[in-house]
Amino acid sequence: MEKLLRLLSENSSYTVKELALLTGDSEESVSLKINEYEKQGIIKGYKAAINWEKVKDSGVTAYIELKVTPIKDKGFDEIAERIMSFEEVSSLYLMAGTYDLAVIVKGETIQDVSSFVTRKLSALDGVLATATHFILKRYKDEGLVLSEIPGDERCMQF
Amino acid sequence: MDYNKYLNKTIVNVKPSGIRRFFDIVNEMDDVISLSIGEPDFRTPWHVRKAGIDSLESGKTWYTPNRGFKKLCQEISGFVSRKYSLDYNPDSEILVTVGGSEALDVAIRCMVNPGDEVLVHQPSFVCYEPLTEMSGAVPVIINTKEENQFRLMPEELEASITDKSKLLILSYPNNPTGAIMRKEDLEALSEVIIRHDLLVISDEIYSELTYSGKHVSIATLPGMRERTVVINGFSKAFAMTGWRLGYAMGPEEIIGMMTKLHQFCIMSAPTVAQYAAIEALSNGDKDIEHMRSEYDMRRRLVVGSFNRLGLTCFEPNGAFYCFPCIKSTGLTSEEFCTRLLRSKGVAIVPGDAFGQCGEGFVRVSYSYSLSHLKEALKRIEEFINEL
Repeated sequence: MEKLLRLLSENSSYTVKELALLTGDSEESVSLKINEYEKQGIIKGYKAAINWEKVKDSGVTAYIELKVTPIKDKGFDEIAERIMSFEEVSSLYLMAGTYDLAVIVKGETIQDVSSFVTRKLSALDGVLATATHFILKRYKDEGLVLSEIPGDERCMQF
Repeated sequence: MDYNKYLNKTIVNVKPSGIRRFFDIVNEMDDVISLSIGEPDFRTPWHVRKAGIDSLESGKTWYTPNRGFKKLCQEISGFVSRKYSLDYNPDSEILVTVGGSEALDVAIRCMVNPGDEVLVHQPSFVCYEPLTEMSGAVPVIINTKEENQFRLMPEELEASITDKSKLLILSYPNNPTGAIMRKEDLEALSEVIIRHDLLVISDEIYSELTYSGKHVSIATLPGMRERTVVINGFSKAFAMTGWRLGYAMGPEEIIGMMTKLHQFCIMSAPTVAQYAAIEALSNGDKDIEHMRSEYDMRRRLVVGSFNRLGLTCFEPNGAFYCFPCIKSTGLTSEEFCTRLLRSKGVAIVPGDAFGQCGEGFVRVSYSYSLSHLKEALKRIEEFINEL
């Protein structure tokens, strides 16, 4: 993977100066590359990685497996576009395997999510079946370990 | 009881490590962010740990042959041949030891007689001088200079040689400076070594962490193999410090003597570590590559940041340390480190812990995650700006 993208995906707060040192590139070239990535939509945005486990009343997250009927010539795209337009949906993936779409939904309470699934999601034309799983605890999210990481266990020798 | 009356005078008289004193202060404090540790932050690669676990599960818990498993010696022989064009017979010219440290101790003890002079260049690893003293030999310190990128120059070596000179301990890639010696540097040095008929211990424990060009072992140069013991190990290349496994390679006559000493004081290096090491050597090239490329990124960040702060730092091309000069602050190394520790909670090591000529410098280890380094560098910048 391109080093610059890897670094930014790990920590988007690196300054251009730092990125230049880390990649061995000039600052000008790093800036140009970032602009280009942004223009091409490869870099879609910058956001903080929040450990919601530590935030009070941060709501609930559900992982929903969805079986749907694909539409002739359009496959799954049409229904996917419909589903992702709901603001409750934070991620949506087309899957290979025993179901078709994976939908990650966030809500304030379990009731919010259930009502979204029963009233909005299941009610869509083409949705055949849903299976909703609630996330109980996050251990690792997007490569970040969320539980307390033990400190440096190395002892000082020489 | 006055123990000094009973204890061995030579050992009593060896100075305790200068780093320890500083580390004692670090241990008193909370929330210290440290750049002082001299070992990889990576864990031993999983497949290597697994090989160790498998050997325990199958109950392979006995001693190994004194010189190490034959299979391990063969793998070592193959590895150093492939990597550095070194050629050692696995049956007679390789000894597996408890870390590079044991190899060093045993090699020195086998190569000197009381009163012999051992040439030690500094700044360098803190063990060479005390081990020499404890062997009854006399260390002769050669101060390397920043203007020479801390390489050992032939004229510096020449100037320190007397008719008692016996052995040179050569240590590149270097801890604490990160200096390396290129082939042409070693060639110039070997001319002096051969002319004065010196023996050499070449401590190449950081050889896999060379960031520009390839590591060259002095034992590959004409006339050098017969007078050199090369020391290497698994700690730095494969992130295996805690396994305590190293090795020495040299002419059969020297390795034979070292094996005798090793047999009487150690018997054999840990069995579980030897099984893991066989796996590391046979399937670990990718791990080395991965770690080296991570260290290299950190190296550029740390060196670049120090230079930008006005603490000039010659480009270290090996190991995982940089050695910036702090003379412009008007502080001594110890003052600099103590004040940085007390005011910002960042621990680095005063350069003079690695020899008097390290005064005016500090050792910064970049064997830490990028986020850790970023925070530490931020605090160091604040410290410099408040001076």
